[in-house]
Amino acid sequence: MASHSESIIREPLITGNNITYGQITDDVLRPVENMPGKAWWIGFSVASLGSLLWVFAISYTFWFGIGAWGLNKTVGWAWDITGFVWWVGIGHAGTLISAVLLLFRQNWRNSINRSAEAMTIFAVICAATYIGAHMGRPWMAVYSLPLPNQYGSLWVNWNSPLIWDVFAISTYFSVSLVFWYTGLLPDIATIRDRATGLRRRIYSVLSFGWTGSVKTWQRFETVSLILAGISTPLVLSVHTIVSMDFATSLEPGWHTTIFPPYFVAGAIFSGFAMVQTLLLVARKVLGLENYITMFHIESMNKIILLTGSIVGVAYLTELFIAFYSQAEYEQYAFMNRISGPYWWAYWSMMTCNVITPQLFWFKKIRTNIPLAWTLSIVVNIGMWFERFVIIVTSLHRDYIPSSWAMFYPTWVDVSVFIGSIGLFFTMFLLFIRVLPSVAMAEVKLILKSSSEQAKRKILENGHVEPAEAEFYISSLGKFDSVEQSSYEKV
Amino acid sequence: MSSTKYILGIFDDPDDLMHGIDKLQRNSVPIYDVYSPCPIHGIDAKLGIKDSRLGYAAFMFGCLGGTIMFSMVYYMLVHDWPTNIGGKNYFAIPDFVPVTFEWTVLWTAFGMTFTFFFATHLFPGRAPRVMDLRATNDKFIIAIDAKGNTPHADITNLLKEAGAVEVKHNDRKYVSYE
Repeated sequence: MASHSESIIREPLITGNNITYGQITDDVLRPVENMPGKAWWIGFSVASLGSLLWVFAISYTFWFGIGAWGLNKTVGWAWDITGFVWWVGIGHAGTLISAVLLLFRQNWRNSINRSAEAMTIFAVICAATYIGAHMGRPWMAVYSLPLPNQYGSLWVNWNSPLIWDVFAISTYFSVSLVFWYTGLLPDIATIRDRATGLRRRIYSVLSFGWTGSVKTWQRFETVSLILAGISTPLVLSVHTIVSMDFATSLEPGWHTTIFPPYFVAGAIFSGFAMVQTLLLVARKVLGLENYITMFHIESMNKIILLTGSIVGVAYLTELFIAFYSQAEYEQYAFMNRISGPYWWAYWSMMTCNVITPQLFWFKKIRTNIPLAWTLSIVVNIGMWFERFVIIVTSLHRDYIPSSWAMFYPTWVDVSVFIGSIGLFFTMFLLFIRVLPSVAMAEVKLILKSSSEQAKRKILENGHVEPAEAEFYISSLGKFDSVEQSSYEKV
Repeated sequence: MSSTKYILGIFDDPDDLMHGIDKLQRNSVPIYDVYSPCPIHGIDAKLGIKDSRLGYAAFMFGCLGGTIMFSMVYYMLVHDWPTNIGGKNYFAIPDFVPVTFEWTVLWTAFGMTFTFFFATHLFPGRAPRVMDLRATNDKFIIAIDAKGNTPHADITNLLKEAGAVEVKHNDRKYVSYE
């Protein structure tokens, strides 16, 4: 492994000059082995208040029933399913980073996969809470399982995408959890072997007795690769099936064949935006600038640009097909989205998802941290509006004009949504306190090949084409964690 | 007779460790195991460790999961309670595909990972059999069974020549039992 050095023209994935294996451990475990700083406590307090709001709003829903929400007989699905699809979409980036990028041998995934996978798991938990909550009587969830019962047995309807969704989401959650936890074992063992007393005992149980012997690592790598191989189609299937919840209905605006790829692209788009929102803050607060570098940030922004453009093409295709189909209900659904009473939601979606992400064509914007962070929030807002537009504007004016209605959220709707964001951040903040937020073993694996110091050594030893050396040094200009001027004498 | 049970060659750098393995093998010193904080690519071939067969297990579990789901849906929709939906075929295979796919993936993932845990003896609460606590942090360690491998001083020298930063003669196999 280590004896192979990488081409000089590739940008470094680990910056800093005195990074050793021990240094990586120290840097990554600093938030785990020390008491958290003020920023963490402030964040955690705000997030837990959000979680409390969620507990209250959900309890209120269960006590008084779904009537506490703003649903009416025309709009029977609104913020609940919007929130569900939004969270599931956000959950897609983690598996994409850990699985698809592993299959494509994108080594930059190594320092962001851990936190992205954790984010996936927490986002899917938030999504699942919506499923539980929208049932009104959550214990009825048992009827979504194909269990023998006294009605016949009357089985679940296997022809329905809603049942496919039960299996897709639960498989996605559990496979992501297995993938994440297996990857965590070597890093938990690292914490265990540095800790003492009760901490050691707890991490010892959690580490499953990991030792890092040759055979263990060999099997570990096999398992990672195969899990990546099966998670790749899995992640594509999950949002495909979510989109079929809509696409197999006869509702104008939903009944389209483009939904699966359009939803998958949108999911990756929003997922990367959320990873960006979290990591741009986390790298600063946790001091991980050398591991989550400007190269990582720029790469993620490029993916946001690509998937955002795919989503934009999908929006335009929908409009064109509505026009071209000559189906008047379909045409009305889209006219209503653009210029009906929910025009503001449609145009918020268009602006946030299609127009502003195009700013990422400019390198200056892609590599500007405050701007990239702001745009990632904008994308998240836009993707929430996308689901709201698809769901509410298709439902609120149905085939019978006498039943047309508007949807007005109640304080419970709003609180469940804001509360779920609080829940998500509470879980994420706890995660960065107790588990390593960067996969240490995987970063150590690329230290000798892809780090700035390894490349500097190659430069100093000579034998590099001057043009290539110049190209490499100029590419370092964007890194906020590299002193480009230190290369003048090299 | 010395009380040394295991000789540990501790390296800072995986390349030096690979070099150490070469040296030991040239001198016919058998290696008990190697512990490292990250995978070392190419080491399994060097130590003559066969490829993992977990891929076969994964495939079998996947087939099993897919078959179970397909048969279950067939039993429920076609055999036990066929429902007439506009006169369409009860055995509507396209509708079987999503759930069959999901369970193929689910069983592959869980079957393979639990086989891995089982074969490697990984489970919650297992006492970690660690020879040196730094092997999960920043040290790459070759362990040599001291019994029969003499003289120990020669092995120590071999490891030192290969670039070991430290050579330990441990009286007990594992340090992690307290």
